[in-house]
Amino acid sequence: MELRVTVNKAFSPFNLTVDFTVSQARIGIFGPSGSGKSTLVSLIAGLEQPDEGIIQLNGETLFDRSINVPPEQRRIGIIFQHPHLFPHLNVRNNLLYGYKRSALENRRIDFDCLIEVLQLGPLLERGVNNLSGGEKQRVAIGRAVLSNPRLLLMDEPLSALDDTLRFQIISHLKSVCETFDIPFLFISHSLLEMRLMADQVISVAAGRILGSSTAEELARQRLGASPVGYINLLKLGLPTPAAGMFAYPWGSSRLLMSAGPSRDESMAELSSKDIMLFKKHPEAISARNLLLCTVRSLFSSGRKIGVELDCSGNTLIAEVVQDAVDELEITPGSSIYVAIKASAFRLLPG
Amino acid sequence: MPEFTAAEYSAILLSLKVSLVATLLSLPFGFAAAYVMTYRQFRGKVALDVLVNLPLTLPPVVIGYVLLILLGQHGFIGLHILQPLGIKLIFTWKAAVIATAVVGFPLLVRSIRIGMESVDHGLIQAARTLGAGWFDTMLTVILPLSLRSVIAGSALMFARGLGEFGATIIVAGNIPGVTQTIPLAIYDYASSPGGDSMAMALCVVSVIISVAVLLFHEYLSHRMIRKD
Repeated sequence: MELRVTVNKAFSPFNLTVDFTVSQARIGIFGPSGSGKSTLVSLIAGLEQPDEGIIQLNGETLFDRSINVPPEQRRIGIIFQHPHLFPHLNVRNNLLYGYKRSALENRRIDFDCLIEVLQLGPLLERGVNNLSGGEKQRVAIGRAVLSNPRLLLMDEPLSALDDTLRFQIISHLKSVCETFDIPFLFISHSLLEMRLMADQVISVAAGRILGSSTAEELARQRLGASPVGYINLLKLGLPTPAAGMFAYPWGSSRLLMSAGPSRDESMAELSSKDIMLFKKHPEAISARNLLLCTVRSLFSSGRKIGVELDCSGNTLIAEVVQDAVDELEITPGSSIYVAIKASAFRLLPG
Repeated sequence: MPEFTAAEYSAILLSLKVSLVATLLSLPFGFAAAYVMTYRQFRGKVALDVLVNLPLTLPPVVIGYVLLILLGQHGFIGLHILQPLGIKLIFTWKAAVIATAVVGFPLLVRSIRIGMESVDHGLIQAARTLGAGWFDTMLTVILPLSLRSVIAGSALMFARGLGEFGATIIVAGNIPGVTQTIPLAIYDYASSPGGDSMAMALCVVSVIISVAVLLFHEYLSHRMIRKD
């Protein structure tokens, strides 16, 4: 997939002026609400026209001074923030709406396979008005994918959902796009969603592109400015009960957490602010997790210093101030003790 | 209650026929006009809006007179289009249909427009990105979702058509058995001595038909709600 967008569009309170070319399959567009992300989606999909510019997809010009391919011929699917299911059609006919209109030679998504991936089987004959929020969004994903798009635009598809559903839908989005090999542009104001969905992230603000980086780089850059610090995402194994808590395997180490599994969580969030560093082994501390790690690197972000740690192969990012770096003599290669409270973790459905 | 003669029966049937034909004839045009005014931006949109709604505010007699001038033997349409084709409209039941259609058209368009404006724009955008062109989207998304307002508008127009008097009497005249509808027959009876009871009887028939139309409309709307 190669997408080239060089457009100008006037809208209040600022102009949208972007110029980028992306060729990876998992692209994120990151920016606060009102920064022009959704307008960009409309322009790429053909729902709105730029004032001037060029939009090309895989070498085919979709828009320039003399060309304006209508949205129904662009083969670009959209998953909107709200599902926008057709209320007069049942789930099956919603799903098939785009499929029936796709050209035979472009049909490569298998209906039954998609139903399987999105677990829509039991819903097929139901009306769409009494589905739950998560079910509706799953149908919307299936409907967009079944239209056999060359590119899928996901415009804040998770922001209308509660936290639990968000992670379920993320895993559905990922598995659908991987299974059927569909490149996508994932638009969101959530850094966490970016890190879970996108390889390359384009940051926008006030209608302009601020830069392009990986989601990981972006998260590290924003460590100092973000009120929650850097969020470490830890992949966990199956827990076992231990001393009133739960022990989760994390790579070759083991983490004690106070929260037990309620669903099929297999990930935990841990803020860089909740990690304490010790130069020597603290004899006795209340924090239930003490790991000996190696400092891999240091980076600064705002007034904070991020410390990238190697904890027996796993990566952890902690944040400290410059004073602490000097006092603890934190340098790449040095060993350091890491203390984390058992209550600092937040489990996420993986 | 007096016995109806053939003339009264034909007036009742003609009223129903004229109103029904006028409504059915107007439906595609009314839907198209509502679509254009809801979804398209173009020069002269205000002019079209005024033109469509004008019959609502004009006295029906004026509309009848304008139609007579246009469609009559010396009128522009009458002379250049109808006569070469051998069509005679004035003082036939077809003229009554045209008068009824023109008078009821704004009611139909207004009602359909309200329905179309309530269709979520996101659904239309979704349909477009799923590969449906504008016409396809109109038939498969906008029409089914504004169907209630189409039915409501049709019922309104039909009911309005049953009462059409001013425009009809000018372009179609008041010929018993040919162009005399219920209101015209009532007018005749009411203005001739001894016709009071017959006029009253036809009024009762009018009320019954109107109530039936409203009930039919309610029934259709309810059926559609249950389907949701």
